[in-house]
Amino acid sequence: MNSDMEQRIDTLDLPYRTREDLKTSLAERDVTDEEFDRILEMVFSEYRKSRIEPCEAVGVVAAQSIGEPGTQMTMRTFHYAGVAEINVTLGLPRLIEIMDARREPSTPTMAVYLLNDWAFNRDRAREVSWQIEAAPLHEFGDITIDMENMQVLVMLNKAVCDRRKIGVEEILETAPRKIREKRHFRDFDVEGDPKRASLTFTPKNRESYQNLFQLAEHVRHVIVQGIDDIERVVVRKEGGEYILYTEGSNLKDVFEVEGVDTSRTRSNNISEIADVLGIEAGRNAIIQEALSTLNEQGIGVDVRHIMLVADMMCMEGEVKQIGRHGIAGEKESVLSRAAFEVTVNHLLDAAIANEVDELNGVTENVIVGQPIQLGTGDVKLIAKPINLKI
Amino acid sequence: MTSPKRVGRIEFGLFSPKEIRKMSVRKIIWADTYDDDGFPYPQGLMDLNLGVIDPGLRCKTCDQKAADCPGHFGHIELAKPVIHVGYTRLIRKLLRVTCRSCSRLLMTAEEVEKIIGHEDSEIASEVVSEKDIKKERVCPHCGEQQLKINFEKPTTFSEVFVEEGRKVEHKLTPADIRARLERIPDEDLRALGVNPDVARPEWTVLTVLPVPPVTMRPSIILENGQRSEDDLTHKLVDIIRINQRFKENQDAGAPQLIIEDLWELLQYHVTTYLDNEVAGCPPARHRSGRPLKTLSQRLKGKEGRFRGSLSGKRVNFSARTVISPDPNLSIGEVGIPLAIANEMTLPIRVTPFNIEEMRQYVLNGPERPTIRSPCGANYAIRPDNRRMRLSEANLETVAEMLEPGWTVERQLKDNDIVLFNRQPSLHRMSIMAHRVIVMDGKTFRLNPAVCPPYNADFDGDEMNLHIPQTEEARAEAEILVSVSSNILSPRTGGPIIGGIHDHISGIFLLTHTVRHFSKEDVLYLTQHLPIEHLPEPAATDPDGKPLWTNKQVFSLVLPDNLNMLFKASSCQNCETCRREMCENDAFVRIVNGNLVSGTIDKKGIGAFDGQILHRIIRQHGMKRAARFIDDVTKLSIRGIMLEGFSFGIDDEDLTKTEYGQIDEVLNGAVSDVERRIKIYNEGQLEPMPGRTLEETLEMQIMQVLGKARDRTGEIAGRHLGMDNSAVVMAVSGARGSMLNLTQMAGCLGQQSVRGERIMRGYEDRTLPHFRRNERGAEAHGFITNSYKSGLSPTEFFFHAIGGREGLVDTAVRTSQSGYLQRRMINALQDLKVAYDGTVRTTGGRIIQFCYGEDGTDPGRSSYGAPVDVKGIIESVLKEEVK
Repeated sequence: MNSDMEQRIDTLDLPYRTREDLKTSLAERDVTDEEFDRILEMVFSEYRKSRIEPCEAVGVVAAQSIGEPGTQMTMRTFHYAGVAEINVTLGLPRLIEIMDARREPSTPTMAVYLLNDWAFNRDRAREVSWQIEAAPLHEFGDITIDMENMQVLVMLNKAVCDRRKIGVEEILETAPRKIREKRHFRDFDVEGDPKRASLTFTPKNRESYQNLFQLAEHVRHVIVQGIDDIERVVVRKEGGEYILYTEGSNLKDVFEVEGVDTSRTRSNNISEIADVLGIEAGRNAIIQEALSTLNEQGIGVDVRHIMLVADMMCMEGEVKQIGRHGIAGEKESVLSRAAFEVTVNHLLDAAIANEVDELNGVTENVIVGQPIQLGTGDVKLIAKPINLKI
Repeated sequence: MTSPKRVGRIEFGLFSPKEIRKMSVRKIIWADTYDDDGFPYPQGLMDLNLGVIDPGLRCKTCDQKAADCPGHFGHIELAKPVIHVGYTRLIRKLLRVTCRSCSRLLMTAEEVEKIIGHEDSEIASEVVSEKDIKKERVCPHCGEQQLKINFEKPTTFSEVFVEEGRKVEHKLTPADIRARLERIPDEDLRALGVNPDVARPEWTVLTVLPVPPVTMRPSIILENGQRSEDDLTHKLVDIIRINQRFKENQDAGAPQLIIEDLWELLQYHVTTYLDNEVAGCPPARHRSGRPLKTLSQRLKGKEGRFRGSLSGKRVNFSARTVISPDPNLSIGEVGIPLAIANEMTLPIRVTPFNIEEMRQYVLNGPERPTIRSPCGANYAIRPDNRRMRLSEANLETVAEMLEPGWTVERQLKDNDIVLFNRQPSLHRMSIMAHRVIVMDGKTFRLNPAVCPPYNADFDGDEMNLHIPQTEEARAEAEILVSVSSNILSPRTGGPIIGGIHDHISGIFLLTHTVRHFSKEDVLYLTQHLPIEHLPEPAATDPDGKPLWTNKQVFSLVLPDNLNMLFKASSCQNCETCRREMCENDAFVRIVNGNLVSGTIDKKGIGAFDGQILHRIIRQHGMKRAARFIDDVTKLSIRGIMLEGFSFGIDDEDLTKTEYGQIDEVLNGAVSDVERRIKIYNEGQLEPMPGRTLEETLEMQIMQVLGKARDRTGEIAGRHLGMDNSAVVMAVSGARGSMLNLTQMAGCLGQQSVRGERIMRGYEDRTLPHFRRNERGAEAHGFITNSYKSGLSPTEFFFHAIGGREGLVDTAVRTSQSGYLQRRMINALQDLKVAYDGTVRTTGGRIIQFCYGEDGTDPGRSSYGAPVDVKGIIESVLKEEVK
């Protein structure tokens, strides 16, 4: 193929993907002008044939294309995808979760990508992971309960602190604060000693051992480093770079961490993505998550179907559920809503508000026994018979 | 046929007592239905003014017979008002947001405006809700101190006073409530989202009860001559009875306590009449103890009026029977039993052009004795729409009378278009249009190649058949719904109809490696193909007789100008592909419609991923593809019949050496597991990151045992070569996999529940056959036997445990995915592509500006790509494209 042909391809009125396909397939290949013309002719004829036709009921086709293979998917909730150490919900439960637009998926995870300076160095990647992974206080030293003095003693291990790049002072400050703020436990006094790297917690109620043990429990598990929602981080090398996989998700806080590549990092919590990055990102997340869930099960579904579902879910500017509390429940037509779920309530409420059903949709017209306005039922042009005499 | 009138819109509102009385044709006062002669009581629940259900009687209101009278409403005057259960929440809200003395909204005009927005602002749809009003405040209009309103399910309201430091509840009667609701001014109601023009709130407290027409609650006559009334009638009887008693007591001046009791009882009956599943209210029961099905129950749920009768309708002109296969049919045909073809009809209008033909149909009559006999007609419809059943007696007279303007309902005959369907109808290919072939026997016959879209098999499946009754419907069926226009699935853009099972085994056996056939064999193989000439023979045998190769035979069914290259599913994915020299003959190369090398199997012609099929559809069209499927399936059936193909128990036999090797592998694995358990017990095991010791051990054991099973499979596979039917099926992709073969000949392997070894059962052990806390392979469901060698009792139990999980899984999955699909259909059903290429709802809202961002129909795409560039270049340049 010569550059002349390449230029011609670039000017063609074809989708980008087709032009790229043509270029890569024809590159470094001997093509005569006649052959080239023949190829283009066939490409155009096929392109014209593959246009979508007006009145096509694309919504129903999309719903069927995603719903039909549902019967072939596994119910097994937990599976290890990609990373052996991290559980992810897959298969039908995950698909249902996406369509339900839950605020929190049952197994939130993130794939945190790193910027160039961090991505190729294992130690630096590890450093980022410490900034992210929620680490409880007991990982930084010994915690003992002094029953005689009714105290909880924390002896920080300086070596660990150094290794995990966190100052002793910082721990001394954050630990009591977090116990009060995040764990909502306030009945104690605290005394920190930066020199000995120790903390002494004394409960306000000095009578109760139960209280003391409760305090010890809080002290042990208070998160002093990392992001609260992220329970575990696994560093993995993929394609030459280090990627952090997390259990738990918190996009907003992870983006604050130095070294994180905010443009590639992703979460499987769709509504979080929509909140943090906007509705367009949410829409893309729905497409990506649904598609990967289906493909992981070996089910091929055209993206266009999933895009339609995602667009429908995100139409109003927030992620809406497919179902009673979302799209189906907010339809304009009373009859359509009544035919879906909670029949009686919709009818009663419609009467009070004097709702009017304009009979535009499919269900309504089926109910009153009229042709629906889709497909061949949508054609309004009728030929007038001429010269029809018997 | 367009209906003469169109329903333009449906408006919803409440009936006012005035309207109820106006539409009523009769006031109902008697609780009795029929007198001793079986005649309805006047002013009883079955009053003849309310419509008639008994044949012979005439409606007193419209003077029509039972079949024509739609029925008319009556009414009951209630002694005292009662609350409508469906509106208790509305009533509660209204009581709480309005003043108890002046009934104005407990807000100043400014406050209201703040919430609703200015009158002429665009987004003025928001309404005042309960939360906007502070509790127990003072009315801004009259200064009255407000009280807390308590609501007790199902229909009791009360006000809470504070009297001498104690809380006192004062019950509000429906009459009190109604009085309050009456006083709420219209403008305040509008702010609350209630339209007072059609729904004054006091109308939710009933003073008059409409009595539905008899046609809505017909009584049935049992075999013993007794009448059995409808549930609604029973309920109405209760209401009237209590109502009468209430009135009598009221007139007699009964004590307050009795009145209150009766009032409550009346309320209960009206409540259950409207909805018999109200929380906090015992459901009214039939004498037999069955809860009554009252108004709400009639509408609700899957079998309710909306989902059961209005969205889904029963139809005539349909048939259902068992299906069975017939590979000699084309994929676009369906075999229909004569009995069904005789019963089913399609209407044909008599014109001057077809009158003779129609007359013949009528003369042939309703009884067609054999499938060869000409088809007849069952009914003739006169121009005045009188339907005449044809019988031996009137055939000739009707044929005489026939003239243009009549309609003849003729029986089905070959080549009629019918719709064929199998439930569950999960996608649009679950209903396709076929052409009729009338056949002997009592089952529907279909080509097995159309099984995948219907997801049908022949283990007793039944399918439905529908006859389109109008020309438009038939045209639509033929153009849009026919099998040949549905070969490509809109889900993936790949073929969904294609060879299955034996088609694939057959074509694999036929095309594998190079073989030569004599003329007799070639003619045997091709006898059902529509070909005229054999190609030039490729070789001659020692006697000089011509020989053809198997690849030549296959090439006969290919279009002449087909050029393609792909790897068959028997491809082993070797590191360096030896292309035409492939030892598995898996490199398929087709040049100008001739198979040069390679084996045709699932990747070539299979449903879902038949590449040849896909290429033919794109370059030669659907019609040619349908013919290709017909030809290739017929050829492959002949191919498999040439030598025969069967599988028996001795096909799983291995030799002593293999059994020895398998035992060795299994023993090795079991002892390896023991060794790891020992390491664990000694505390020497290194845990994997993020896992506990136990989890690590389990994962290791699973891995060791999994590997062992695969090894036994390899050993068995080495012995069982291409001469084994199961191997042929697995390699060609026809059915089964090497795993199935492993389990039959090698060992069954680890049984699992939730992805783990079997852990449940008795205390500290799975079965009483094992020691407590034993961790070994056998004790947790590892099966060393194969299906061939037979399972030991413990192994059998484990296998049943593992098998049960699969069964439960399928049961749960079908219901869950069914609901998901229902929800998705409901959410997306109104979407369509508009003439400008945008995706819109039927209401006109735009969802996408260009469908799928490139306007490509996935059903016509090549696996998603708008143009199959690779295929085009391959067919033009005739060389491989990566």
